[in-house]
Amino acid sequence: MKSLDPAPLIAGLLLLAIWEGLTRALQMPPVVLPPPSAIFAALIARGDVLVPAAGVTLGLALTALGISIVLGTGTALIFARVPLLERGLGPYALVLQATPIVAIAPLVIIWSGIENPRRAILILAIVVAVFPVLTAALAGLKAVNPGLDRLFRLYRATSFQRFMRLELPTAAPFLIAGIKTAAGLSLVGVVVAEFVAGTGATGGLSWRLVEAGNRLETATMFAALFLLAGMGLVLHVCLNALERRFVG
Amino acid sequence: MSATAPDAIKLRVEDAQVRFGALHVLGPISFEVEAGECVVLLGPSGCGKSTLLAALAGLQDLASGRVWAGEAGISPGFVFQDPNLMGWATALDNVALPLALAGVVRDEQKERALGALGLVGLAEFALSRPRALSGGMAMRVALARALVNNPAALLLDEPFGAIDELGRRGLNDLVHAAKRDRGVAVLFVTHSVEEAVYMGDTILVLSPRPGTIAARIEVPHVPRDGAFLMSDAFARTVAAARGALAGGAHEIA
Repeated sequence: MKSLDPAPLIAGLLLLAIWEGLTRALQMPPVVLPPPSAIFAALIARGDVLVPAAGVTLGLALTALGISIVLGTGTALIFARVPLLERGLGPYALVLQATPIVAIAPLVIIWSGIENPRRAILILAIVVAVFPVLTAALAGLKAVNPGLDRLFRLYRATSFQRFMRLELPTAAPFLIAGIKTAAGLSLVGVVVAEFVAGTGATGGLSWRLVEAGNRLETATMFAALFLLAGMGLVLHVCLNALERRFVG
Repeated sequence: MSATAPDAIKLRVEDAQVRFGALHVLGPISFEVEAGECVVLLGPSGCGKSTLLAALAGLQDLASGRVWAGEAGISPGFVFQDPNLMGWATALDNVALPLALAGVVRDEQKERALGALGLVGLAEFALSRPRALSGGMAMRVALARALVNNPAALLLDEPFGAIDELGRRGLNDLVHAAKRDRGVAVLFVTHSVEEAVYMGDTILVLSPRPGTIAARIEVPHVPRDGAFLMSDAFARTVAAARGALAGGAHEIA
């Protein structure tokens, strides 16, 4: 495995040092912009609340991502096999994709029942995450090399052999790129949905963010934000590893 | 292509014609290729050479006539202009593909694919991915794949055009070896007159579209090596083929 590039770590530490120095030098009120040391202290002090909340948000995002992968890939397979269906439904999928999630959220919350915010949050995150998977998988399935296509026809490959040995490996890099986008979006979807649901019932991180905001605990807000960014980063790194394993 | 026992014929084209809608691309054209013989199709672009190969491989429908290549149940080997390797698979798995698609058991696939890779001098690259191979090596893998299921006929569609001179000669010699040692009937399409003369026992010069046989040139039966390339016989045959391409001679023996 390739060793990690130290440049981002060095840049990050440098930025944090500048941030720390400036907030101290300018005597910035901590309620407006706390120094990184205060954020770190808040992370330690409120870790018992923030870390479990981050776990809930991550769990929801991963569930939404998993469902999006199955749903997006399955729909792409159907679209690739039945082009008429893609032509008929494709534009509507685009319309849904272009509609801001915040605008759909109240409806989804009503439909899933006010008492069931977890289901509403999952649905909203899936709505956001499913389209990158669908479009990437569809592009991948259509990217089969015509020369290899002829070769498979020459050797009279069955539909199943063609799918397993040609279409799926061709689509894999596209699909993984789509999943990488979807992973970030599923996290965004969960956070936005938690905000819009406006309830602490799921105990997710964005509720803790709202809570800290209401109490003007800016350092805690930043600590929650850092946790969110960290989760996004971990997801990205895991998917990069997956990409290297399957795409090389 | 003298009078031969019918079972020696491994590839036959009978009054074949191909049309793309109103466009008459090929034919009528008829010829045969015997086991251990190499027939080269030489002709201008668009005269239907590649289309004929596709028809022989079952990848293109005929408007009329009949074609077949190889033996029942075994697809002819086909080497395209591009190696067309699966980038996600090793050289070994690429070579084994025809066997895998035919349902051959995994161990036998591996053994036969390794044998075919050895034949083209790439056994030590069995586990390499295509991106680690040079253009010439990738084409050798494609040739090994085309030979792995022991086809009776081998179709080559301008396969070595993008390979350097030395690599091309090596690949040409591998095709000669397959023809000589395994009795494969070879149909070879090329734009290069020199390559046509070096490869062919017979050269069929096709007319512009719709491609029909404009001239048939028999190449002297001498070993194909460096000496042949320097010989008067080679120079004479090349000149004859060039003349035929330009629309001059017809039957040259």
